[in-house]
Amino acid sequence: MSAPAGIPGARGTEGGEHPDRRAGGPAAPPTPRALARRRRNEALRRFAREYARNRAGLFGLAALLVIGALALAAPLLVDRAELTVTGAPGAAYQPPSAEYPLGTDNFGRSILDLVIWGSRVSLTVGFLATGVSVVLGTLVGMTAGHFSASGGTAGRIMSSVLMRVTDWFLVLPTLVLAVALAAVLPRGTGTIVLAIGLTVWPATARLVRAQTLAVEARPYVERARALGGGHAHVMAWHVLPNVMPVVLAQTTLLVATSIIAESTLAFLGVGDPTQISWGGILEAARNAGAISSGIWWYMVPPGLAIAVVALSFTLCGRALESVINPRLREQR
Amino acid sequence: MTSLLDVRELRVTYRTGGGDVPAVRGVDLALDPGDTLGLAGESGSGKSTVALALLRLLPATADITGAVLLEGEDVLGMRWGRLRAVRWAGASIVFQGAMHSLNPVRRIGDQIAEPMTVHGTVPAKDVPVRVEALLEQVGLPPSRARDYPHQLSGGQRQRVMIAMALACGPRLIVADEATTALDVMIQAQILALLRRLVAEHDIGMLMISHDLSVLAATCDRVAIMYAGRIVEQGPAREVVHEPAHPYAGALSAAFPRIGDPASRLAPRGLPGDPPDPADPPTGCVFRPRCAVAEDVCSTVDPPLWPVDPDERGNSVRQAACVHVGHARPSAGPGDGPASVPPPATAPTEERRP
Repeated sequence: MSAPAGIPGARGTEGGEHPDRRAGGPAAPPTPRALARRRRNEALRRFAREYARNRAGLFGLAALLVIGALALAAPLLVDRAELTVTGAPGAAYQPPSAEYPLGTDNFGRSILDLVIWGSRVSLTVGFLATGVSVVLGTLVGMTAGHFSASGGTAGRIMSSVLMRVTDWFLVLPTLVLAVALAAVLPRGTGTIVLAIGLTVWPATARLVRAQTLAVEARPYVERARALGGGHAHVMAWHVLPNVMPVVLAQTTLLVATSIIAESTLAFLGVGDPTQISWGGILEAARNAGAISSGIWWYMVPPGLAIAVVALSFTLCGRALESVINPRLREQR
Repeated sequence: MTSLLDVRELRVTYRTGGGDVPAVRGVDLALDPGDTLGLAGESGSGKSTVALALLRLLPATADITGAVLLEGEDVLGMRWGRLRAVRWAGASIVFQGAMHSLNPVRRIGDQIAEPMTVHGTVPAKDVPVRVEALLEQVGLPPSRARDYPHQLSGGQRQRVMIAMALACGPRLIVADEATTALDVMIQAQILALLRRLVAEHDIGMLMISHDLSVLAATCDRVAIMYAGRIVEQGPAREVVHEPAHPYAGALSAAFPRIGDPASRLAPRGLPGDPPDPADPPTGCVFRPRCAVAEDVCSTVDPPLWPVDPDERGNSVRQAACVHVGHARPSAGPGDGPASVPPPATAPTEERRP
């Protein structure tokens, strides 16, 4: 198995069989199922190898794994009661010490505990908002692309209308729209998710539409129509699987955008006031006058956390993109 | 008895920004079950447009008139739902370029099953069995169903396309340049497979190719298209070896014949290009490239006339040329057009080497 693995880009099937069989002695030829499983494993390994070549991507992945583990384990590491204003364990504005590695805030809460707990909201909102925007963007982009390629006159009109709506959302300042939405809708995490999801989808829609048009031009789509496949069949069976790689890479990049957007909204005070989030800590620090008082340990940790998470997702997204699209790899 | 396929006065016009372009200008075709009809012509003669028009697969910019009767039912007048049902279940297509006609991210077996799932002709639990049977019919091991298209060779992919075409038990198969991208050995295998399947299932096949030798080897009858119109049709052997229309003659002479040194030493091509379909010449459209054109050709646009008619005036062969049959003007050039090559003395089972 290691022989073909050493050849980058080896197709696997032909390259893998012979050395393998010899190594295994005079064994019977492998069953088709075993062959298929081996091929799948090899494809996975090839993917991992290509990804591993990208150092930045590996760093991003490692950082994300650590942060994800911290967020999941937060209830074990942090006493929820100590995060309330009344249950704060320390005195206000204590600089970093052995007891409070990142100091305390104006209520005497440990900043480290706040940042760890804040990762839960930031990541949750980031993922959910990305999910909303990716689903919406993929749906709109694929519909628009499909009907402009193979719909009739009505289909082309619908596709145009969809794309004009997309353009309208694209030119609206994202932040302003999100603030407006978050201000109008009832306060809560769901509102933030919705506000971000509804504002960052247009880019995905444009991307997916372009990819859909490219796929629709392939002969197998014409074949699918010739064999009686309707619009739903062509989109679900032929276009979607071929659009997924692009959507996947876009998703990772969007998570970074969503997390920053969530922090921004929280910082501007339209977030969920009952939740602790990185943006919320920053807002509290600003309100408490931490900048002018030189209490850097109140501002820097949540800011750094946002930057590191956003950077990690971006690095992962870029690495994925370069694995999926070999042309990007050549240029590096 | 209604024939399997009856195309009457089919006209297809593409509406473009620069005006209307007639691609097919009045084509009549008929096909019975168990019959194979070859449609030949150079690029741009409208043969693929005819194929796509049969199932209304042309883009919305194409304007189709005439009638396409599939087992007596007009395809052009069908409602959308009925049309979708007829696609593949009534008539299926073996596309050219099997490499690109298969979705790279779907397994072979799933793609062969695709028409069955779309049409619901086979209960879901029987689909795998049917897929295996289809693969065996086209000479592939059933275990290949789990492979992806890139794991197959070109010939194997074309076999998969044929299996897919057979999936819903259609009455008519349209093979659009089905063997064009394959090397001659594989081409011969695929043609033999198609011939066998047509005979076994008693289906009709319309085979489209620019390669006359392929059609001569496969089809009972051949129709030759030029500039959107059929210029000669009849039994394959006669049309290929003793063409009546000068264009058919030129097309036939363009292929070297095994065992005929004369054709090898003096290969004949056809000078000039096909006419601009948006602006065809007056009279006979072939006149500008025709070696035997006369004055009358610039005024008369000849319809299909019988060649060698019997006493009732019927003939199995027709050609659209003023020099043909009893339509020949008084000062005709001898017994047939001058560009016709001598009748082949070569073995009739010819194939391009």
